[in-house]
Order: sequence, then C-alpha cells, then structure tokens
Amino acid sequence: MPLSREEVEHVALLARLYLSEEEKEAYTKQLNAILEYMEKLNALNTEGVEPTAHVLPLRNVFREDVVKPGLPREKALKGAPATREGQFEVPRVV
Amino acid sequence: MEYEAVIGLEVHVELKTASKAFCSCSTAFGAPPNTQVCPVCLGLPGVLPVINRQMVEFGIKTALALNCSIAPICKFDRKNYYYPDLPKNYQISQYDLPLARDGYLEIEVDGVKKRVGIIRVHMEEDAGKLIHGEEPGADYSLVDYNRAGVPLLEIVSAPDLRSPDEARAYMEKLKAILEYLEVSDCKMQEGSLRCDANVSVRPKGSTVFGTKTEVKNLNSFRALHRALSYEIERQISLLERGERIIQETRAWDEQRQVTYSLRSKEEAHDYRYFPEPDLVPLAIGEEWIERVRSTLPELPDARRERLIKDYGLPEYDARVITGSKALADYFEKAVSLFPDPKQVSNWLMGDFMRLLNAKGLEPQEAPVPPENLAELLKLQQEGTISIRIAKEVLEEMFATGRGAREIVEAKGLTQITDVAQLTAIVEKVLAAHPKVVEDYRKGKEKALGFLVGQVMKETRGKANPNLVNQLLKERL
Repeated sequence: MPLSREEVEHVALLARLYLSEEEKEAYTKQLNAILEYMEKLNALNTEGVEPTAHVLPLRNVFREDVVKPGLPREKALKGAPATREGQFEVPRVV
Repeated sequence: MEYEAVIGLEVHVELKTASKAFCSCSTAFGAPPNTQVCPVCLGLPGVLPVINRQMVEFGIKTALALNCSIAPICKFDRKNYYYPDLPKNYQISQYDLPLARDGYLEIEVDGVKKRVGIIRVHMEEDAGKLIHGEEPGADYSLVDYNRAGVPLLEIVSAPDLRSPDEARAYMEKLKAILEYLEVSDCKMQEGSLRCDANVSVRPKGSTVFGTKTEVKNLNSFRALHRALSYEIERQISLLERGERIIQETRAWDEQRQVTYSLRSKEEAHDYRYFPEPDLVPLAIGEEWIERVRSTLPELPDARRERLIKDYGLPEYDARVITGSKALADYFEKAVSLFPDPKQVSNWLMGDFMRLLNAKGLEPQEAPVPPENLAELLKLQQEGTISIRIAKEVLEEMFATGRGAREIVEAKGLTQITDVAQLTAIVEKVLAAHPKVVEDYRKGKEKALGFLVGQVMKETRGKANPNLVNQLLKERL
C-alpha cells in the first residue's frame, strides 16, 4: 500500500478533518485504491506530452481593472457565527 | 574565527491596481472593515476568480525592470493552509511556474558595486488583516477582509547579500525601482511593501551554507538592518559556544530590539500546492512583453548617470537624489527654475530632507513646492537675504506653506547692505569689545569670527556677511 495510516492521519490533520478509527481505516483503503490507479497511469509512456495544468484549451482569460461594488457589510457578515465592530470574530489566534 | 553572513530577502509588494487580483472589489487603503469585499474574495461557495489584466501587466513591467526572463507559460496554484486571515483556506499563488525568473539588480555599498540575483518573481493574492482583542483576557481576534485578494508580487533574491548594509541597499534599490515603475505605493508603514529575510552564518571563505533562520516583521529599513545585525550576532555566538542553530521562523520585536522564535507550528510548511483549477494558464507572448518594455520609464541607475552628466552633480549627490523618484522629480523641477544644480542639491540633501523627515513626509507631499524653494534660493543668491536667514525662512515655509518672498517681506528679513547703517553697527561692536580687538591685532585670527558674530547678533542675522567682514577688516 503506497499510503500508510499515519500519512492519512497527517493529511486529515492538515485538512482539519477529525476522523474516527473506522473512518481512518476506510479512507486509507479508498485513498490507496485511487493511488494504485495512479500507478497504472504512471505506466503510460507520456514522453513528448506537455504537462497539463488545466483541462480546458483556454489561455489568458482576463478582466479589466475596473472597480465594481461588492457586498454591503451587513450581507458580508451575515453568515458569520460571530461578529464584532463590523468584523468577523474568531477564536484568538495569537 | 571570522564569520560571514549569507542573506536572501523575500519581498512582498502590493500592486497599485484599482481592483483586486481576482475580483472587482476596490483595493483602496483605509476603508472601514469589510466594506470592500464580495463573494469571490470572501471565498463563498460557487464563485469563480477572474485574473486582473493590470496585475499581470504590472508584474511583467517589474520583472523586466529587474532583468528577469518572463515565462512563456505560467499558471496559478493553490497554497493550502488554515488561518483566519485566509477566507478560502488557500491562497492563490504561483508555485512551479512563476511569472518570471533569473534577474538581478545592482547595489553599491561603500563604493563597491555588486550584482544581486533575483531568483523569481511571482503573483499572488494578499490575506486579510487580523486584529487581536486588546483588553485583558480577550479571547478573540477580529478579521477585516478588505485586503484579502489585493494583488501582490513576491520578489525573491538569491542568497547573495553578505551584510545588513547590503541587505538595506538592496531593499532601498528595489523600493526605488518599484516607485519609478509606479506599480506600487511602496509604503512600508502601511504594509504595501514588506520584507522577510533568510539568514545564516558560516566561517568566512566557506562555500557551504549554514543552517538558516527566517526573520519576519521587518517593516522599515531600520528594522531590517537592526534585525539582521542582531540575528547574525545571535547565530555567531551560538556557534562560538558550540551550540546548534535551529532552523526556524523568528520575528523581530521592534520594542525589545531582539528576534524571537515564533512557536513553530507543526506541519506549517506542508502547503500541498496544486494547480488552481478555476484559472486557466497565462501565455505571455513576445508582443505583450515588447509592448510593456516600450513603456518602461527611466530607472534609478540611468537617471543617476543623467544627473551626473547633464547637471554636473557629484556621484554622491546624484545617488541620494535619485534614490527617490519624487525627490529626483523635485530636483529637476527646482533646477529648471533656479539653474544652479549643486546649490539645489545641497539644500535638498540638507535642510529640506531634515524638515521633511521631521514631518514624516515624502518629497511629493512637501508643503514647499519646487517653485517656492527656487524663489528662496533666488532671494539668497541676489543678496536680499543671507544664508542664515534663508534657512530660517525655509523652516517658516515648511511650517506655514507660505512663499519665501512673502515671509521675507512680512518679517522684514531683508539683508542689510547699506554701508552707512552697517558701519555704525560695526563701530559699536568694536567699541564694546576692545580686548577682542587687541587679540586680533596680536595675530589671533579667530577673534574676527567672534566680531562678525556680534554684528550678526545686533542685526538679527540680517547683515550681509561679506560687507561685515570687509568693514571690520578696514577698521582693524
């Protein structure tokens, strides 16, 4: 298996996912199945094929540098669990 | 043992676009919190970013001015980490295919020129601003997302810098170039120009790198210089005591003048970059690059050479004056009205900068426009006022914003050149100081200076100094 249980726990921590023992077990299996399929793809000869970062055959999609009004503050803050003085309130970070 | 420092700087500069990098919100500084936000920069579900063309244009311009090669294809990536100033839990940045690479800029320290490599220049978005509750026991932080999504360039230097002096010279040069390009406000105190440093030390002559630390929070040239000096000393004394340097992130504490370890957040550097699927790649063609190249303005080095050549300024003066675009603009405007470049330069580098710094202003914000400075210098040159009075008048001009002639006339500061009037004062001074007169006649040359000073005192600085000298000598 390419991916160990410890690595799954590490990735879960980075993603702030709190997994039960059963879930860790299940995800380790599922992620490994995906990675094994990647191994299969790795077997293909891709010499001379440009790496692709995007599936669309598009380049250079821009907008002009023009200011448009965004959300009124009340709306911007509406979904926040807590606000104070027009700002998003979060648990202290330092 | 003799050690040498190895320093590389990572500079973040906010670009002066009107709207944000990937949405149309305003980038204006100082608006009330969370009034320049929209679903895109708040990271609400189901939205799509769209690249601001002007950001890319500013990026190309900067990269060209730093002698970089622009990548024919570049793309954006997601840099993933959790912090409340980052609404999407990822920052749109550029990872393996940055906008530009392999440039340099030239610095000069103690008369020695040096080329400092630029490893890469890439585009990314800024994060929001955090304010931490200040009352005792406050258990919250507040987030303002106005800054989230403002376009940034990250400019990474090679580890070519060997001292705090070189690091400061690099930073000053970079700031000057960015100002000349007009791509950023470059206000360190407002955070539109920020700097982190990677620092290590090694025995002089060694070619391997020592263990480095990253120092953050270097928000002024002075902080940069002091923090680096401190950190280099700290690392050397660890090595001398036979201790190990720990690779870590440290921050500069401006109040205590020390660097301190930031609790190393475990796995903080595991950013799991991957291509931003919501943005298609950029293909910057030769045509676009050449069009931007043709808009490049005269840069600090070229302007310095021109000031030396066209105005006959000494190298030192030209360097100081072209260190700021605004100051160089001011100089050229003033010289066009008062065509004595060295005089103008002396005044700018002396009293003008002193008064400006005292007010914490930039040259373009000076309450004394170049026209007024030129008028002051004319008054002094034609003998209406003495140099001493001119200095006083300049202070008054800074304080009140009034014109030179207006102040001179209102305060009756016009120089006394009337021979009869001055003769009377000179004779009075001689009569009052017979002992000094005696000293002078015995060959004590310095005594003359005292007598001139007394005449100046009597006339409150308004006497024409040449005339005073002449009148005194005639009578001695």
